Formats: sequence, structure tokens, C-alpha cells
Amino acid sequence: MGLLSKKDSKLIMDPLADNNPITIQVLGICSALAITAQLKPSIVMAISVMFVMGVGNVVISLMRNIIPSKIRIIVQLIVVATLVIIVDQVLKAFAYTLSKELSVFIGLIITNCIIMGRFEAFALANGPWRSFLDGIGNALGYGVILIIVGFFRELLGSGTLFGFKVLGDPVEKTGLYAIGYENNGFMVLPPMALIVVGIIIWVQRSRNKDLIED
Amino acid sequence: MEHIELFFKSVFVDNMVFAYFLGMCSYLAVSKKVSTAVGLGAAVIFVLAITVPLNWLLDQYLLQEGALTWLGEEYADYDLSFLSFIMFIATIATMVQLVEIIVEKFSPSLYNSLGIFLPLIAVNCAILGGSLFMQSREIETLGLALNYGVASGIGWFLAILAIAAIREKIRYSNVPAPLRGLGITFIITGLMAIGFMSFGGMLTGGEEEATEESREDTVGMVSTTDTADTIKETDLSLETKEGTNKQ
Repeated sequence: MGLLSKKDSKLIMDPLADNNPITIQVLGICSALAITAQLKPSIVMAISVMFVMGVGNVVISLMRNIIPSKIRIIVQLIVVATLVIIVDQVLKAFAYTLSKELSVFIGLIITNCIIMGRFEAFALANGPWRSFLDGIGNALGYGVILIIVGFFRELLGSGTLFGFKVLGDPVEKTGLYAIGYENNGFMVLPPMALIVVGIIIWVQRSRNKDLIED
Repeated sequence: MEHIELFFKSVFVDNMVFAYFLGMCSYLAVSKKVSTAVGLGAAVIFVLAITVPLNWLLDQYLLQEGALTWLGEEYADYDLSFLSFIMFIATIATMVQLVEIIVEKFSPSLYNSLGIFLPLIAVNCAILGGSLFMQSREIETLGLALNYGVASGIGWFLAILAIAAIREKIRYSNVPAPLRGLGITFIITGLMAIGFMSFGGMLTGGEEEATEESREDTVGMVSTTDTADTIKETDLSLETKEGTNKQ
């Protein structure tokens, strides 16, 4: 990457693998799993979080010298809440049905621990550009997990991707269904989100032995 | 009757953790020991019981469309609901601070057991989620809002207590190394959630409609094992989305 120095690109790459906010730091699962039954809401959620984190990190970083440390939590909450309101209103304006689907979970980005965590750990101590990269990197790490879970749940649960029937038509019995394939209805139900994330963690830790907890 | 129904529905059927994954961050971080899990669970019940009714009042007399009619007729068509996120989170943060100060003054022993958890709670998704669900489900009276807050808290308490107890025991089990800790906790929670899904028929005697409407406010969730409905719903939403984009 010519655009970024080695140190800066590390900010983006680290959260994608060995310091992933969901599977390693265990943050921000609340709003992550309930919306992953399909791919589209997962991607919208990932983009929303990326916007809130990128901009929020820059704002906090710019204000870091004037925020009294006693009230910094409140200030951070207000910044996040403002950005989330912007996201929510934009979604309502341009993708109403989608915002209805995501309902309260867009609002729950406010209490997404990744965001507050990065404000505390990074933006309060670094300049705006690096904070921006850090925010984008962590949001990418979060988004990747969301998209993986959404992909598998929609593919195995409904046989579709983005609503397109990729495995054939279950009613007409075309494609894979012609040879007796059935959708796994279980994948659409909430508990499977947890189990899929558990499996992702299993795979990740099998490949990188340093991450194993004792 | 509706109080009892709402109570059981919030504790078992719409359990905060098992049906909506709310408050997962603290649920996973503070469930290594039963004693700390009890402390955090109690604090969550406490804070939910205060903030949900408070936010209900805010919603009713300030934020909803037409909520400002008590100021006079000319305010009747104001709709401030876009402010609800910021108002709710401000209320929650303030209440948590207040509770912390009061508990510290009047009961130092309780403060020592709860005190460490209270700041954690301000950013616990379960608390904000409680208020947002209260708003989206349009709970009707203050009493019901209080009931909903307490019941949701109890549901969360049950969940964290159960997982803490299991995690204490599982320490002596031979779990595959990569799954140890976080991985197996996720999978166990998933299995518990499957167990809790069977409560879905508790209120309705197995009729589907009633649980169906309670699940409308989440994505792709069905209360029965009938997934054909979900597929239909997603197709519908795709079509309607294209329709709204054209407008």
C-alpha cells in the first residue's frame, strides 16, 4: 500500500485477523448477531458501524485535548448517539423497509462496546488520521465476521444470497432441490448465529495457536 | 392478567440474551464466576426497573408524535422521535451515575458488590435495548413499562446465572483446545437459546399467531420452526424495497 506507511496499514490489518474485535476482544456482539439471518442487513449494519466508528474516532480525536476526563464517557455517548441518529435518519429516508427490518438494532450501535472501546483506547491518545484508520480497521474486522455469519446463515437457511435464489427454487424443485437438497431451517433461527460465531472462533484458533485460552 | 402475560413473555419467550443477544459483551466478560454474575445481574434488574419507566414517560410526554399536546394545541403535530436515541442514552447514563452515588451513600456494602459493575451497565446493550423495545412495541401504561423493565432484567439475570454456573463446571471438562473459553461459551449459549425457544408456545398453548406478532420487530426471526414464512417475508421486503426506492 503506497498510500499508507507500514505502521498505518497495521492499524487496518490487525483487527481483521489476530485482534478481531468480535472473536478476540469479544466486543460488540450485542448488535451483531440478531441481524445476521440474511446477508443484506448484515452488510448495511457493517457499513453503518464503519461510518459511526470512522467519523466518531476523528471527532473524539480532535476533541481529545479539551474533554475533561471526568465527563468523557458522557461526551463519547453523545458523539456516538448523534452519529447513530444520522445513520438512522439516512436509512429511514433512502431504505425504509430495511430500516424497519433493522428496527432497534441500529439504535443499539450506540451501546456497541467496540466503539466506546476504541474511543477510550485509541482516539483519546492519537491524532485524527491514525484514529480514522483505526476506526475503519476495527469496523472492517467487525464487518467481516458479520458478513461471514450472514452469508452462511442465508445460504444454508434460505438457499438465497441477497434474496437471489442461488441454489434453485425450493418450491419448483429446480437446481439443487431437484436432487433432494433441503434448506436447513435451523440456520434462520437466532440460536444458530451464536453457534456459527462459535465455529468461526474454533477455526480461527485452530489456525493460530497463540490465541488459545487456557 | 396482561401483567402476568407480559412478565412471563419478557422473562422466557423474549429473553434478552437468548432471543435478541442483548448485553452479550458483559454477559461473556462477567460470567466466569457465579458470584460476580449474580452481582451484575442484580444491577441490571435494578437499572432496567428505573430506566424503562422513566424513558416511557419521556417517550409519552416528549418524543412521540403528538406527545406535546399538553403544552397546547399548536404543539400537537410535533414529532421528536428522532431524538429518542440521544434522550434515552442520556437518561440511562444519568440514572446510572445517580444510582451509583445513592448506593454509595446509603449502603456501602452493596456498593462494594455492585459498584464495579455500574459503569459497565451504562453501555450495556440490554439496558438501551429495553427502552428501545418498550418504544417499538408501544407498551401502553407506566405499570406495564415497569413490569417490562423488571421482567427483562430477570430474564437477563437468569441467563447470566445459568451460563456462569455452566462455565464453573466446564473448567474440569476436556474441551478441545481452540474452543476453550470463548468458543465453547458461544456454542453453549446457542444451545441454551434453542432450549429457551421451546418456551415460545407457553403463553399461547401452541398457537402461532400470538408469538408471531411478538417477533415482528426483529429480523428474520420466527417463533416456530416454520421457516417458509421467513422466506416469504424476505421476498416481500425485497419487492417493497424496490418500490420505495422508486418513490
